[in-house]
Amino acid sequence: MAVSVINKGTKPEPEPRVRTGGHFMLGDHACAEGALAAGLDFFGGYPITPSTEIAEHIAVRLPLIGGRFVQMEDELASIAAIIGASAAGARSFTATSGPGFSLMMENIGLAAMMELPVVIADVMRASPSTGLPTMVGQSDVLQARWGSHGDYGIIAYCPSSPQECFDLTIRAFNAADQYRVPVFILMDEVVGHMAERVIIPAAEDIPHTPRKGPRHKPGEEIFLSYAPDADMVPPIAHAGEGYKVHMTGLTHDERGYPALNAPTHNKLVNRLVDKIRLNAADIVMYEEIATEDADTIVISFGCTARSARHAVAEARREGLKCGFLRLITIWPFPEKRIRELIDQGNVKRFIVPEVNLGQIRREVERMTSLPVLRLNHAGGEMPAPKDILELIRS
Amino acid sequence: MSEAESNVRREPMDLAKAQVPVGRVHIISERCKQCNFCINYCPTKVLEYSPETNAKGYHFPLVAAGKETSCVHCRFCDLICPELAIFTTEMTDEDKAEFGIDGS
Amino acid sequence: MSATEQIIHPAATVHPIDNLLRADRFPHILCPGCGIGTVIHGYAHAIAASGLSEDRHVCVSGIGCSGRAAGYVNVDSYHSTHGRALPFALGIAVHKPELNVTVISGDGDLTAIGGNHLIHAARRNVNLNVICINNFNYGMTGGQVGPTTPVGAKGSTAPRGAVEQPFNLPYLAKATGAAFVARWTVLHVREFQDAVLRAMNKNGFSFIEVLAPCPTSFGRANNIGDGLHEVEIYRERCVIENGAQNLEELDIDLIDASKPITVGNFVDIDRKPFIE
Repeated sequence: MAVSVINKGTKPEPEPRVRTGGHFMLGDHACAEGALAAGLDFFGGYPITPSTEIAEHIAVRLPLIGGRFVQMEDELASIAAIIGASAAGARSFTATSGPGFSLMMENIGLAAMMELPVVIADVMRASPSTGLPTMVGQSDVLQARWGSHGDYGIIAYCPSSPQECFDLTIRAFNAADQYRVPVFILMDEVVGHMAERVIIPAAEDIPHTPRKGPRHKPGEEIFLSYAPDADMVPPIAHAGEGYKVHMTGLTHDERGYPALNAPTHNKLVNRLVDKIRLNAADIVMYEEIATEDADTIVISFGCTARSARHAVAEARREGLKCGFLRLITIWPFPEKRIRELIDQGNVKRFIVPEVNLGQIRREVERMTSLPVLRLNHAGGEMPAPKDILELIRS
Repeated sequence: MSEAESNVRREPMDLAKAQVPVGRVHIISERCKQCNFCINYCPTKVLEYSPETNAKGYHFPLVAAGKETSCVHCRFCDLICPELAIFTTEMTDEDKAEFGIDGS
Repeated sequence: MSATEQIIHPAATVHPIDNLLRADRFPHILCPGCGIGTVIHGYAHAIAASGLSEDRHVCVSGIGCSGRAAGYVNVDSYHSTHGRALPFALGIAVHKPELNVTVISGDGDLTAIGGNHLIHAARRNVNLNVICINNFNYGMTGGQVGPTTPVGAKGSTAPRGAVEQPFNLPYLAKATGAAFVARWTVLHVREFQDAVLRAMNKNGFSFIEVLAPCPTSFGRANNIGDGLHEVEIYRERCVIENGAQNLEELDIDLIDASKPITVGNFVDIDRKPFIE
């Protein structure tokens, strides 16, 4: 391992943006490293357990590689500041937990409406309200989808390990820029506070999807911030680039000007939803184990998926026909894959263990008349493999 | 300073030599909402309401008869107009000839 | 119409400052006699006088009548959410410090729902030019009282008169660390433009309160009359006191005719800016 020697005639090594190599790393820190590797420019945040380690890690690292870290006065300010920085072209990020996530909801709607890409890590703790600040929860999943008023599309990733915290954070930045949407990394306290091996690839191997920019020079013609391409995503111009954009949370036309009428509103809101819904095939990610002949499929995500994986493996050893579907994107929900599994004909029931009182079970129930067994805990602890195994055996 | 003293009108020492500009008033009548700021605050009382109205139904300002050359191009009507419906330009020699003002 | 009148009124369709405004959106939505248009106008002139390309100017606003200002200036402009214009603007100013970011919003937006952001942006000394249009009430929603409504003044949510002590905004801005603090009215067009220009040239947090009439809501509820009548109050009662030291005593009482309204450029200090 290289040790940098300071004050002995050699220059200290410059701070690398990407810490290539193998690490034993906290999930929160892996998320922070993912953001840095993805090209983070601006972080605005507010301390909140159990996400604070993300902010702390970025506070150490980001200024050394040319980015800006600002500890804001609250989460209302954090989200507003990262949206503003995004409007100026920054890859911007904040990290929070339930109470802060609730405070951010209004401006998440603004980011969706202005179509300004931002990435938000929500390290879920036992809720509602202040709940159990230091203990696990998975109860923000529906809030992530529906928390701000109105209809809009978003993307949410659910990492199950520190390695995924790193990988999915990079993916989140790319997806945010590709679709001009707010993207969430829905971590939970267990994954955020768990240390595991994390492999960080070489800087040149970090995938990077840039934002689509204007196709003409400023002043040649009027730039339309909201004229979508075939993928339903419009190109974007940033503050200071000379395109004189106007962006508003009001219903607006393609120029960005307020257009307060029903047809414009209907068209705009449908596109905000459809640009995610109709691109879902490119966005959705899941992991599947032994579903070909399964009569029971366990659907799980985040920390709970770690218990579920054990339980399914044990059930297979016992000869039970059990499969496993792990949701990596929780939004958009992998509806198509679940319908396909149902159409296979062998599935008799689903089991959905989660650290909330049935938020994702409800989504699965929406799709099938098959029994969907529940295994819920309101928060503070996650289901053990044996609890899930018992249900599989039942 | 007593109130009486403070109200004494002070005159610039070079007043006799000063050239007072002559302004020409331009009105974008369709923008006007009849707030009366320009008419009220014109120091030489150049403006008055139009008898006709614009498309929104407001009486916009007009240069009053006999005041065609009274504008001193102070630009106050322009700067205070919330609608950007009025501005003045300094009369060119051509303008002055048109209005029969001595161009000296 | 006489021939003379036709000569003196060339059918103007374009204002000389139109290139700095989104003139295709005029006439704007604001009421007759409202002062917000004058503030937008003044900001456009300050941009022209700044010597900086308009591509380097950014305007951010919050919600309300004053929040609509961003939609009428022809620079990169953002109409954010209620109260959040300042942190939104901070994100822009911190990521691109070369931009000259101005926040134009109302008293309710900046000092009630956004009050926390105001004091913290001032404390940090972020390089922002804040133009706080104070019309003493919530105009867009129909004239409710707010944190600037003078005691005794009526609003739809204080039908018997406001009972809470209002903010003294220049005092608040100074106390929380603003590097430049001014108060003007829409009548003081040149002084206001000069103050905005000074704010633009200052690397630090500038706060300019500008009093503006709201005849439709505040004026009507308080028997002030139309916009001109409120501007006349400014003319009769405003006292210019640049560099005034006693900001804590300079409350505005629009209702009590015996009290002067002190305006001026009050604070201009050098303080370590947020980004050097």
